[in-house]
Amino acid sequence: MRMTKALSLIALTALASTAAVAQKTAVQSIEEYRAMLQDGNPADLFEAKGEDLWKQKRGPRNASLEKCDLGKGPGVVKGAFVELPRYFADTRRVQDLESRLLTCMENLQGLDAAQIVKTPFGKGEQNNMTALATWISAESKGMKFNLSQAHPAEKTFYEVGKRLFFQRGGPHDFSCASCHGQDNTRIRLQDLPNLTKNPGDGVGFAAWPAYRVSNGQMWAMQQRLNDCYRQQRFPYPGFASDATVALGVYLGVNSQGSASVAPAIKR
Amino acid sequence: MADPMRIRAQAAGDKATVRVLMSHEMESGQRKDAAGKTVPAWFIQEVEAKLNGKSVMTAEWGPAVSKNPFLQFTVKGAKAGDKIAVTWKDNKGETRTDEASVS
Repeated sequence: MRMTKALSLIALTALASTAAVAQKTAVQSIEEYRAMLQDGNPADLFEAKGEDLWKQKRGPRNASLEKCDLGKGPGVVKGAFVELPRYFADTRRVQDLESRLLTCMENLQGLDAAQIVKTPFGKGEQNNMTALATWISAESKGMKFNLSQAHPAEKTFYEVGKRLFFQRGGPHDFSCASCHGQDNTRIRLQDLPNLTKNPGDGVGFAAWPAYRVSNGQMWAMQQRLNDCYRQQRFPYPGFASDATVALGVYLGVNSQGSASVAPAIKR
Repeated sequence: MADPMRIRAQAAGDKATVRVLMSHEMESGQRKDAAGKTVPAWFIQEVEAKLNGKSVMTAEWGPAVSKNPFLQFTVKGAKAGDKIAVTWKDNKGETRTDEASVS
């Protein structure tokens, strides 16, 4: 009798331990939820809109963006996203995807770049900008980041981006690194990738533009970075500002060799 | 003019799985804007799917459906090359139809 009791106790503990193994971690459950969302990613809608906008004749000059040089020659879209931000000889500036699009919209289509910069996110021409960025990023989906650091300006931007990433300030004395400088941390249900090193395939820099299910908005990198500053209780550095481009260079170079999953889907 | 839908339909055996992504604000009528005024309701009310012109599914939707809704369903007897058409109509009377062929 005592024997069977002991045996059943062993059986019980064995059961309990398998149950503990089968229990999913919070991170796994979140991953599962994201996988379920993945199939119907509304980013597809923005992608289609972006492709149309690229080919559509618009603006005072009634021109399309098909001659826009994103770094791989006029009109070459495939693979351009994973090499941006980079130095452009014609503007003599380091530019990310959105600031480069701004140049093209001004030079090719005759749109007022200063006016677009002033437009709040999610309004008017900014919506078109996001759709274009979504489509262009989708054309490089699965490709690996490979940012150039050959030009001195690109090296400078990397160093500036790094300084900005660690610069603390504001009423909360926050820096980007306060949240993104450690492994395995979370804010509510969102993983916080450690962006001071390569966070891996499809994480951090490699996951934007993304559609956010909770607010039904499509965000590209410029909005992501500017909103990070808002969360730090800083004013926006501004659309296509050198500060955001420098941060983009820092994050992009750190992500060297990681595959882009953009356009991604977020909670 | 509403933005186009994305429709994908894939045949497997005697069934086809149809995935539809619609572009719509789906405003519930419960939200207020920055000025404190109610944002008027604006949502899809009727959805109809047709296989080669014959109605195979109708649905009545309400304000609880999310923005940019995703709809998935299976159609019996759909083969590769068949035409799937999806129509929605919202409470403002606006409507949109898009078509895709089963692959």
